[in-house]
Amino acid sequence: MDSPENSRPESGHGWTGDQVDRIISNLLRLGLVLSAAVVAVGAAIYLARHGNQATAYRVFRGEPPDFRLVENIFTAGTRFRGRGFIMAGLLLLIATPVARVAFSVLAFLRQRDHIFAAVTIFVLAVLLFSIFWLGVR
Amino acid sequence: MTILGLTAVVLGVSLAAGFLGALTGLGGGVVIVPFLTLALGVDIRYAIGASLVSVIATSSGAASAYVKEGFSNIRVGMFLEVGTTLGAIAGAFLAAVVSPPVIAVVFGSVLIVNVFFSFAKHSDAPSPLPVPSDRLTARLRLDGEYPSLRGRVAYHVRRVPAGLGLMSVAGALSGLLGIGSGALKVIAMDRVMGIPFKVSTATSNFMIGVTAASSAGIYLHRGYIDPGLTMPVMLGVLAGSVLGTRVLVRTPTRHLRLLFDVVIFLLGVEMIFNGLTGKL
Repeated sequence: MDSPENSRPESGHGWTGDQVDRIISNLLRLGLVLSAAVVAVGAAIYLARHGNQATAYRVFRGEPPDFRLVENIFTAGTRFRGRGFIMAGLLLLIATPVARVAFSVLAFLRQRDHIFAAVTIFVLAVLLFSIFWLGVR
Repeated sequence: MTILGLTAVVLGVSLAAGFLGALTGLGGGVVIVPFLTLALGVDIRYAIGASLVSVIATSSGAASAYVKEGFSNIRVGMFLEVGTTLGAIAGAFLAAVVSPPVIAVVFGSVLIVNVFFSFAKHSDAPSPLPVPSDRLTARLRLDGEYPSLRGRVAYHVRRVPAGLGLMSVAGALSGLLGIGSGALKVIAMDRVMGIPFKVSTATSNFMIGVTAASSAGIYLHRGYIDPGLTMPVMLGVLAGSVLGTRVLVRTPTRHLRLLFDVVIFLLGVEMIFNGLTGKL
């Protein structure tokens, strides 16, 4: 970590604002491209296997447990194939803003901005709590 | 309808919605729920689940561009996300308790209010610098600057507590209705906190993904997010908004925006009507 940029005085406390902006921008695009690709692969498999079946969205039944819990979705990919792939892609999409917040925690800590590190850690905790536990029955 | 047929129809409409949403700045997600429920008879819970996920996709795409250009105020966004995430969780829990017709009526009302606000003028000029920042703004170092043709323009941020309060409401509506609540977020920053319009829009886009992700978890656990239905909505809105952003520079958007406003207004009226008569 002793590249020329890091020895500049203004980056003595971690990344500069512009560097943080660039990393966040790339992180968001990477997550988006990755998730869209996984969803598209799942879509191709799903439509090839089930394309001619009838739809049933008029009555709400809710998704099976395999599509409700984060820890189940990645293993469900092996059994449900197309839809499992799509769900994994959608999870990647949901994870993208979470990864952005997690990176912000790191950036604020390196800038020794304790107030904002605390604010960001709180938001990250709320997100993780919601995605893994809230409303699970 | 077969799955293939439904996928094609939803993909086409989502593409158009994402395209118009990017051109007009209203976001495409707002017409997805009325379309799925009114035209295709999809249960509103599946519809808001699919819409919410597509909102994360458009937000990530737009935010990626705005952040790189230096328009988003990341500190303001991060701080206000405390309000939007907590609000979104409350909204997502409400969505599970409130009956679908009530959700439809609230949704319709939000659409109509949205249209009225889009006609009102926004403040183009940044708040004049001599106005001193609040103590809280100074302590949190929220003031920022943005690039313009005449170099970087500095601006002050005011009334943070009021902004935070409005953001909680925006989050709750997002969680209840599966929308981005971009319009309300922009109003909170532009009108209340005195942040320049362009920065407000860019920061709103930046925040929408995190707001939506916090209610997406609850939607997921309740079984609202169906892969077969969400897939064409997400891919369509995403592709449409990418296209819309590309042609944005050379298209006059005034008439398009008016047309889109009329469409949204009519959808709002129909949502309320169908909610009240119990058809949704």
